[in-house]
Amino acid sequence: MTVEEVVALLGLRVLAGRDLWRMVTGGYVSDMLSCVMAKAKEGNIWVTLQAHQNVIAVGSLLNLAAIIISEGVEPDHDTIARAQDQGVMVLSSLNSSFTVAGQLYEAGIRGAQPDVAVSAG
Amino acid sequence: MTEHVAEVTKVQELVYELRIEDVMKRDVITVPPHASMRELKELLRLRRISGAPVVEEGRLVGIISLEDLIKALEQGEMDALVGSKMTTRVETLYADEPVVQAVNRMSRSGFGRFPVLDRSGKLVGILTRGEIIRGLLRRLEVTLREDEIRRYRASHIFEDIVSDRTSLILRYWVKAKDFTGGGAASSRIKRAIEALGGNPALARRVGVAAYEAEMNLIIHSDNGGELMVEIVPDQIYMLVTDAGPGIADVEQAMSPGFSTAPDWIREMGFGAGMGLLNIKNCADEMKLRSVVGAGTWLEAWFRIPPRNGGAVGGAK
Repeated sequence: MTVEEVVALLGLRVLAGRDLWRMVTGGYVSDMLSCVMAKAKEGNIWVTLQAHQNVIAVGSLLNLAAIIISEGVEPDHDTIARAQDQGVMVLSSLNSSFTVAGQLYEAGIRGAQPDVAVSAG
Repeated sequence: MTEHVAEVTKVQELVYELRIEDVMKRDVITVPPHASMRELKELLRLRRISGAPVVEEGRLVGIISLEDLIKALEQGEMDALVGSKMTTRVETLYADEPVVQAVNRMSRSGFGRFPVLDRSGKLVGILTRGEIIRGLLRRLEVTLREDEIRRYRASHIFEDIVSDRTSLILRYWVKAKDFTGGGAASSRIKRAIEALGGNPALARRVGVAAYEAEMNLIIHSDNGGELMVEIVPDQIYMLVTDAGPGIADVEQAMSPGFSTAPDWIREMGFGAGMGLLNIKNCADEMKLRSVVGAGTWLEAWFRIPPRNGGAVGGAK
């Protein structure tokens, strides 16, 4: 499934980026950036409530297919500018992260199997 | 097989990236509505075109084609005005729309020629299939050649420059509490490794480790610190240093979930207590030393797999 199909199916708003043709390889949901860094895979779609500039850095470093910012949270102008500059797709949904994950799952997008157990501290 | 896939997506990418104004023909031959069909015939013959937009005072009012001219010839109406014979319901495109929009409209409507307007409604160009194909080929050639040259130059640096030990050192100064600048150094490091011909998996591992180190300097250091990456043909070495506050218990700092980040930083999604662990997992080897009040010294090594079928770091 391409990013474009996800946008159409979930009724998302495109805030930045043009790479609508990319294939989505899986999904990941978290608001903790280090968890995303450790677990999200290249080409994944990442759902988060965070909307600051470091979200774009994570998307760019991991070469994610797209970032969906949930609950209609609006990133500021600089964040959008950085996303455009680094070619990171940023999408927006009015739904909660939970609902967006459900919609993605229904669309056939899956997460990775757990590899290492991490004890919560 | 992979190469074929890559080329297809490159074209797809360009169809989305290119704007109509990048490929359209700008010098449009137009005809005013008060011209006669006889005058139109001469225009089409002399300019060797098969139709033209009809424009009155800069505004598009219709489109007239060879087909309309033939009809007028048959019916002996060559003195009739273009304005009375033209098609007034014109399908148009906007100059700032992506080329994919034009491709979709052409296949849906069957029309092969679209006048292009700017957002104020002024006619600024014309687009046919021929222009799209020429535009795509032009851009494809330019980007492929640029990519090739850049990659060739950078990736041969170690072969072109001969010494007993050639290394490339990248240094970045990271400011404390500069969250808006976060990720800038690590993005550049990742791009540098890609440009040097390192495989994407390796670039990503080093990029993620550098990001975590960079964020540690931003979040925890008193006065910022330095992120240094040394690239030699078979290894990447990363050294991250700061002058305090230092880590009281290094072993505890390495345990998953342990974090000393304050609440306001946690709210931004940092301080999951995974940073040092992420660096360790990305690197082939990592060493962390710290003295409270003096500073922290983090070293990480990444082996570069040999160019032809190395086992480390995944496929190219």
